[in-house]
Amino acid sequence: MTSFRLDQGGLIDRNAPLNFHFDGKAYSGFQGDTLASALLANGVQLMGRSFKYHRPRGVYGSGSEEPNALMTVGKGQEQESNLRATMIDLYEGLEAKSQNAWPSLKTDVMAVNSLMSAFLPAGFYYKIFLGSANFWLLPEYFIRRAAGLGRPNELANEDDFQHHFTHCDVLVVGAGLSGVAAALSAARSGASVTLVDEHDKLGGQGLWRESSQREWLHEALAELADYPKVRLMSRTTAWGHYDDNMVACVQIEGDPGAPLPPHQPRARAWHIRAKRVIYATGAIERPLVFANNDRPGVMLAHAGAAFAGKFGVLVGKSLVVATNNDDGYHSARILADAGASVQLLDARVEVSEALQDSLKGSNIELSLGQTVLSAKGGTGGVTAAEIGGLDGRSSRMVNCDGVLSSGGWSPSIHLHSHTGGKAEWREDLQAFVPGKRLQEGVAVGAAAGIFSTQEALNSGWQQGICAAQDLGHSISAGQAPTLGSPSLDTTPILPLWSNPKPKKVKGKAFVDFQNDAGASDVVMANQEGYRSVEHLKRYTTLGMGTDQGKTANINGHALLAQAQGRAIAEVGTTTFRPPFTPLTLGAFGGPHVGEAFAPVRRTPMHALHEASGASFVEAGMWKRAEWYSRDGEDMWASIKREALHVRRAVAMCDVSTLGKIDVQGPDAQEFIQRLYCNGMKTLAIGKVRYGLMLRDDGFVFDDGTVARLDENHYYMTTTTANAAAVLAHMEYHLDVVWPELKVRVASITDQWAGMAVAGPRSRDLLQAALPHVDMSNHGLPFMGFLDTELAGLPIRVLRISFSGELAYEVHTPARFGPQVWQALSETGKDFDLMPYGTEALGALRIEKGHVAGGELDGRTTPADMGLGKMVAKKKDFIGRLGLLREGLSREDRPRLVGVIPADGRSRIIAGSQLTEEGQVGGFGKVTKSLGWISSAHFSVEHDCFVALGFVESGALRQGQTLFAASPLDDQHLPVNIVSPHMIDPQGERQNG
Amino acid sequence: MMLIPCPWCGERSENEFTYIGDARRQRPDTSALDVSDETLKAHSDYVYLRDNPKGWHQEYWQHTSGCRAHFKVERNVVDHRIRASVKADEELPSFPEGR
Amino acid sequence: MQRYSIWSLARNALTGHKNWQAAWRHPEPKPHYDVIIVGGGGHGLATAYYLAKEHGITNVAVLEKGYLGGGNTGRNTTIVRSNYMLDDNAHFYEHGLKLWHQLSIDLNYNVMFSPRGVLNLVHSDAARDAAKRRGNAMRLNGIDSEYWDLETIAKKIPDLNVSKNARYPVKGGLMQKRGGTARHDAVAWGYARGADARGVDIIQQCEVTGMMMEGNRIVGVETSRGPIKAGKVGIAVAGHTTQLLNMAGLTAPIESHLLQAMVSEPIKPTLDYVVTSGAAHLYVSQSDKGGLVFGGDIEFYNSFSQRGNTRTLEHVTAAMISLFPRYAKLRLLRHWGGIMDMSMDGSPIISKTPRDNLFLNGGWCYGGFKATPASGWCFAHTIATGEPHPLNAGFTLERFERGYAIDENGAGPVPKAH
Repeated sequence: MTSFRLDQGGLIDRNAPLNFHFDGKAYSGFQGDTLASALLANGVQLMGRSFKYHRPRGVYGSGSEEPNALMTVGKGQEQESNLRATMIDLYEGLEAKSQNAWPSLKTDVMAVNSLMSAFLPAGFYYKIFLGSANFWLLPEYFIRRAAGLGRPNELANEDDFQHHFTHCDVLVVGAGLSGVAAALSAARSGASVTLVDEHDKLGGQGLWRESSQREWLHEALAELADYPKVRLMSRTTAWGHYDDNMVACVQIEGDPGAPLPPHQPRARAWHIRAKRVIYATGAIERPLVFANNDRPGVMLAHAGAAFAGKFGVLVGKSLVVATNNDDGYHSARILADAGASVQLLDARVEVSEALQDSLKGSNIELSLGQTVLSAKGGTGGVTAAEIGGLDGRSSRMVNCDGVLSSGGWSPSIHLHSHTGGKAEWREDLQAFVPGKRLQEGVAVGAAAGIFSTQEALNSGWQQGICAAQDLGHSISAGQAPTLGSPSLDTTPILPLWSNPKPKKVKGKAFVDFQNDAGASDVVMANQEGYRSVEHLKRYTTLGMGTDQGKTANINGHALLAQAQGRAIAEVGTTTFRPPFTPLTLGAFGGPHVGEAFAPVRRTPMHALHEASGASFVEAGMWKRAEWYSRDGEDMWASIKREALHVRRAVAMCDVSTLGKIDVQGPDAQEFIQRLYCNGMKTLAIGKVRYGLMLRDDGFVFDDGTVARLDENHYYMTTTTANAAAVLAHMEYHLDVVWPELKVRVASITDQWAGMAVAGPRSRDLLQAALPHVDMSNHGLPFMGFLDTELAGLPIRVLRISFSGELAYEVHTPARFGPQVWQALSETGKDFDLMPYGTEALGALRIEKGHVAGGELDGRTTPADMGLGKMVAKKKDFIGRLGLLREGLSREDRPRLVGVIPADGRSRIIAGSQLTEEGQVGGFGKVTKSLGWISSAHFSVEHDCFVALGFVESGALRQGQTLFAASPLDDQHLPVNIVSPHMIDPQGERQNG
Repeated sequence: MMLIPCPWCGERSENEFTYIGDARRQRPDTSALDVSDETLKAHSDYVYLRDNPKGWHQEYWQHTSGCRAHFKVERNVVDHRIRASVKADEELPSFPEGR
Repeated sequence: MQRYSIWSLARNALTGHKNWQAAWRHPEPKPHYDVIIVGGGGHGLATAYYLAKEHGITNVAVLEKGYLGGGNTGRNTTIVRSNYMLDDNAHFYEHGLKLWHQLSIDLNYNVMFSPRGVLNLVHSDAARDAAKRRGNAMRLNGIDSEYWDLETIAKKIPDLNVSKNARYPVKGGLMQKRGGTARHDAVAWGYARGADARGVDIIQQCEVTGMMMEGNRIVGVETSRGPIKAGKVGIAVAGHTTQLLNMAGLTAPIESHLLQAMVSEPIKPTLDYVVTSGAAHLYVSQSDKGGLVFGGDIEFYNSFSQRGNTRTLEHVTAAMISLFPRYAKLRLLRHWGGIMDMSMDGSPIISKTPRDNLFLNGGWCYGGFKATPASGWCFAHTIATGEPHPLNAGFTLERFERGYAIDENGAGPVPKAH
């Protein structure tokens, strides 16, 4: 195999060879290579297959604009797909695989699509496979398999990703000459500076184009590195510019596809808040559009120059370089100086003498008014090119092993556009440059359409000083350096969007390589009425590949303009969307994934529950003890034992998750009055009351208890689920609606632990634990509370009941929670105390007919839940007016009922619908639902399942038999509608 | 990612805040026990209707992960610039160019 | 209309695709139309199509300020389903789903409707009960729904993390097999082509700037291309509903909010269903092109910016990686934003308005795309007959004031529900 590596030149270290594999075959390259340059050096041109036609493709660019050379790199969990070979720095042992080809890259069966391409133009799929219902699923199956590029990793990710936040005065994006100049002048002026670049080495093209540039860059970067307020970041992509000058970056650590050193993340997402942003993002070359311009061996002129200059790889010995602008001359010169014989074709008929002079002494044959019409070649590379005039006549074949083209340069205005900044068409450059801006971001150098080296550097230097001075930094930065290479008299670029196609040549002229959108597709889309650039994009998929049209969009939009006889400025451009280049999803997720996706809240007694064999259940972010297993018990046995123990003896449940809010102030009473729909005015100090809270629209928001500690001091509880929402609701009304009320509220959920002690023996237990307190019905009546001490620890005992049994809640500052729990457990040994979990808690409250989450679904009124009588008639409260509305006050609304299985044993499924008919739920058959089951559980009292539900005209239906239908479970269960108070309807147990 | 100026704490990232919404809507006085049709209508408008201009918008935010105060902001909902921020009980300044 | 088929494709291939007709005309506006639809998105175009097809009203113009299908129609995550609990929503969306199943034939345009199944994951017992209530309500309304247990889910969706130790462990899920995805642009284009063929003028780059009124009656619109008279005017501009209503001196319980969507690089087939998680705020499916299309919640502040933001992007991505750990090393290709017409109960409005001859279609929250056929169908009926069809009888403007909000989430009067 011929080596394409030059003996000298480039930024590679020829003393540091590296071994790597591509599609199983061993190759070697050097430190400083990219995967693409190393493959080219080994004579490998075929690097991928296109998306649609599976055409063979080689590398087209030399940087992040690459549309073709996409590969899967690495093994095991490190493996990543769709990586651009041009952006992978070579490392020892790198393993790369080609994609989207079977059985091999060279002979890809799906390349039949290419032969069929006449039948598969843009949007062909909109016109065929027209069927009903599931018809599309069959062709879709095959289309999905043909589409896609790489495969997702089959292993779960094990790498870490980190998020960082930082600030700076000036953020410079892009560390080419103009970027380094901007960073240095800003830093010298005294500003804090961050300089980021997507490449491994800072410096850009200057590092290899000219020695004077390289020397200055080395000095400048060394000087920058010495400033304490300067941060230099390589392999860092500034991918999006967001509100208030927040620029989002992703920094790659380690090598893609390779294992990481210990404790190092795969990537870091940086959120950089800058006072000024300087876009030194450069420009992207676009290709000329000619027949078969996608063959391996055809590439951008600048890419060819970069492979030679940066990596010491000559992409061909005999090259055709076609251009319509001056920069093609630079590229041709670099290639010729590296040893290639070059035929330079300039589509322009006249160019400046200085430009022609720039070729003197080189092995370049210049032809004016000529361009490339077609490339000839296959998977092995290019063998010849057909060249000729722009009229397409008098064409001739020339032998060559590479065809390079330059169709002009498109400034990278992505970040500017992300902020909503406009793009402005410059006719003289045939390019969009940043127009009106919305953020403090300014472009310099090529990104601003300033292409001459010295002027680009000057613009960076100037803007760096401006940014610093704007921010009050006034140290003199001195003059911008002069780096020689005076700018040539430029000859204007010749707009050239599609070269004529020779008659006998088959094969498309491609605009978007990855997605196989050709010039003919643009014409066809326009002819079919898809005339907006967005329609063009969406219909032909032009610009929708992983390169997001970096090399394709301007050509495509220009061809569209041409087809419509309009100016490009008029046709416009599609919206630039972040990210600038595709970036690892893991970086966006950062560390907030897996178990860290959401915080876990544990109660103070969590460890005690664990020790007692508890299973835990998710309740919002909380982990709550669901039941406590004992040896030989299954889940149901545990739950039944716990519930029965509450009914027969005494048991204890952790209720620390209830929301707790402290309310204080001279207007606290008035506020509490307005907050709850039931009367609170008569709540005396030392008493606690159940409270029902509505939203302004009249529906029930939350329920809980209110204890009055003092004249102006209340202690509220909320449901676990709504704790945060209730606090915000209260704060809103105090801050915004009734600022005249002198009240302060604070969440004390985390500051207080709580435990419910429930069961007929609960009083005896507490009396034994608190011998100094009168726990009798007289001493602490139902809905009373008292503050006292247990084993020297402060506690608050509230006599409230959720289960319907004689019951208390013991609250204590969170840090004493475990001790109080243990103290009660210790005393409880004499009373056979056991803990109970949320399952038993739920079962007990359902038996009692207490509403909870299933009933409080945001669509129910107090009356719906049988609590209509609680609603105060003689005060104003939040939701009062909402309740008056027709939709909420109708009598036929579904009302709360109890539900028991007619057979006395079957399980009622929560979420069943209540119907008059039995077998319901067939497809296409509509049955009226009378209501639904909101919660269901096993009742130890009734020794069968019981449920709460809502049914239209609920009270009237008590005694009826309906069906609890759960077609999802194929269950249609006859049930009896009863009162929701399925135990102790008079409340003798809890009151006694 | 906006920077939101809390009148109590200064500029902070939007991550710390909760959007509450239209600061121009006013809850009517509902204290009279007899509810007139006008009050019912005004209350319904308060509950459901919001100012939704495409341009400058007066809105409440709450500094949820900070001081927890509600405050008023005037923000352009097209480009997210903020031109004023005051405490909840203060009036936003008027701007000559209006909305 | 030039019919599309495999034969027409083959015939045109042989002539170099030079004989394809334009899918729609680009006409100049006429001075008067029987009906003007403001908004050339999927809903507006579908309305025009059904006005012509179902009601024989063809002197219709659709006015679009940008390019057709350029708003939320071309920005959404393409999910189609009818898995609603409340009757008003269920019947409406199910009617729509039936239209979806015939749409490619009806339009002679492949909208790539892919009924691959929509799975709502359940992560807790409470969520299971709520999912069953909804699924059973669907079944009673004649809509397909089934409950998948963990084993089924693990088998069908191998990419999903079904570990019991996950932060939000998967416990099961509600599956609607007839739901799926469709190609969003194709829906707009197919309706546009069908409407155009029936005589509807689709006028792009024509922004409505004012309403022409005589007393309480709307008689036309002012546009960037001059005044146009109309017998009736229908508004279908979700995202900008308030702006159009304001021109008629009206307002609506709607706020405009920012919703983002994201797509990964294309990869070979890996996810065969639409998967959503309420607890993790995520929905994801794989497009036919291979990209994972995903999204989450709105930003929760008013915005017309149509630009994304990092906060939600990061949260949604974290949710996806938590549920699908294999996707961590795939790459984000693009993220973008759209303007959501957030109604105060999460349900849409297809209604008459207090102005004579002015009709409103809006308030679609996050869910407008799947509604496109049903929305157009019902709106066309409402405009043609002057009265709502029973399918959209509940979606009135007055429902809020009267206490008949259609609040699928029970979230109350906030622009956060869907």
